[in-house]
Amino acid sequence: MSIIQADNLKKSFGPITAVDDVSLSVREGEIFGFLGPNGAGKTTTIRLMTGVLTPDAGTVLINGTDIHRHPLEAKMQMGVIPENSTVYGDLTSEQNLHLVGKLYGLSRSERETRNREVLGRLGLWERRNDPVRVFSKGMRQRISIACAILHDPCILFLDEPTAGLDVQSRRLVIDTIHHMNEGGSTVFLTTHNIEEANTLCQTVSIINRGRIIATGSPEGLKKTFDTTQSVEVSFDRMVGKELFSSEAILKAEPMGDKWRLYTADPDHVVKFIGAVAEREQLTITSIATSGPSLEEAFVRLTGGA
Amino acid sequence: MDISVFLRGISVIAEKNIRIYYNKAPVIIFGLLFPFFMFLAFFVGRNLELAAFFPGFLAMTLFFTASSVGPLITPWEKRDRTYERLLSYPVTLEGIILGDIAAGALFGLIITTLVWVVSWIVLDLSVVQLSAFAMAFLLGTLSFAALGSLLASPASDTPSNVMMLSSLIRFPLIFISGIFIPLSQMQGWGLLLASVSPLTYLVDLFNAALTGESVISPFVDCGVLIGVIGLFILLARFIQIRNLMKGL
Repeated sequence: MSIIQADNLKKSFGPITAVDDVSLSVREGEIFGFLGPNGAGKTTTIRLMTGVLTPDAGTVLINGTDIHRHPLEAKMQMGVIPENSTVYGDLTSEQNLHLVGKLYGLSRSERETRNREVLGRLGLWERRNDPVRVFSKGMRQRISIACAILHDPCILFLDEPTAGLDVQSRRLVIDTIHHMNEGGSTVFLTTHNIEEANTLCQTVSIINRGRIIATGSPEGLKKTFDTTQSVEVSFDRMVGKELFSSEAILKAEPMGDKWRLYTADPDHVVKFIGAVAEREQLTITSIATSGPSLEEAFVRLTGGA
Repeated sequence: MDISVFLRGISVIAEKNIRIYYNKAPVIIFGLLFPFFMFLAFFVGRNLELAAFFPGFLAMTLFFTASSVGPLITPWEKRDRTYERLLSYPVTLEGIILGDIAAGALFGLIITTLVWVVSWIVLDLSVVQLSAFAMAFLLGTLSFAALGSLLASPASDTPSNVMMLSSLIRFPLIFISGIFIPLSQMQGWGLLLASVSPLTYLVDLFNAALTGESVISPFVDCGVLIGVIGLFILLARFIQIRNLMKGL
């Protein structure tokens, strides 16, 4: 069952069409990754889906409620972390959370219990009485996440939640995403980090120039580009490119002390390398085959280098 | 629309504004110090009968205080990048505007009430028409708080620009609205100009409440102020929707 359903969304700013006929369907309980290069329309799409902007055409249903017809009912079910937006620097962490709790209708005792739980989980309980303006970027982002999950929403929208964070804060954010998802929340995540999407998401959608160009599981998308399977090999001494002249090898790329050989037939290439090593009296120090990465799929789909 | 969620949003936003913006320097300067200095500049040392000019002075205080909070909020939030987040909470743009107006109106009400109480004790003033007095406070605070929100609407993310714009609009109004020249002495262009200023109707309503004499009927004053509140809210909503992307 789809818990988020966007149909034929369109949004233009003057002559520029930022989002062009975008449709998305997110199943209940999954982590959905939304990828795209800069300026592809990710943030505009998430703003349309969270009711911050009104689309020129199209609908967004949040758990069956049209967010643009019934914004309050729809927004009550979700938590949002906008990309560049933050919490109130003049207020303390706890005051920020109380403010958000009140907006979601939590009672004082519920707010106090949840504040303790959420701030404790994000490692900020000791700093609860400090104004947020003195916090580092990572701490601010954690407060931002605390505000989004305080009311235990069934849907969580995160726009680039780990961008620019240090390793500890990033891990804490990823852990929180997992924790919320394990607790039953559906997560809609935009990210630049392809590896993050690859490991976190069950479904990925790629947007480019305002249009959805691919949707599927990360593994499914990788398999779209079967021809880009590769064999990585290294020998006990440096060798030249001329060694890899075989019809089965589409391209040979040096990678440090290794060579990556792109092929549609890895079996043939592995046998060929064995024969070459025998003939040239080379020792193979490592050899591995790999399928296409999600990053390669992303680059191919978005027309990158 | 769930009306209880809508009303809760307005009250939480107003509370947030009170906590964050009441003690900001622009609010203190434009809301408290300016009317005080205007009072000193025009009334002190001029041998004027203070009680006669008091309705105008009270209207000026209410006007400055109620309209000083609104212009600051939206540009400040856009500059600090908290506005988009606010929009993603269970509130609507209308709720945000009304919450801003409520905070501005409450600020105007508190400060003007304090000024009234002190003046009442010191100058031995009396209220002739209690209902007109109450309506002046209620409609005056709401209409000029709505003006404050309207002035914030074209904002991008630069509070100082908006405060400058708001001063550019607010200052001329106090000179054409019967505060320093009584409405009863105005004629021709002066009177015509006064009739387009909403502040004129508040000054007249305070005159009716405190002296029993007004140039315009208090009912007309109330009707105009109610109309002004509605107009300012609709205009603020229209402009804020158009400018929503600026500063997100």
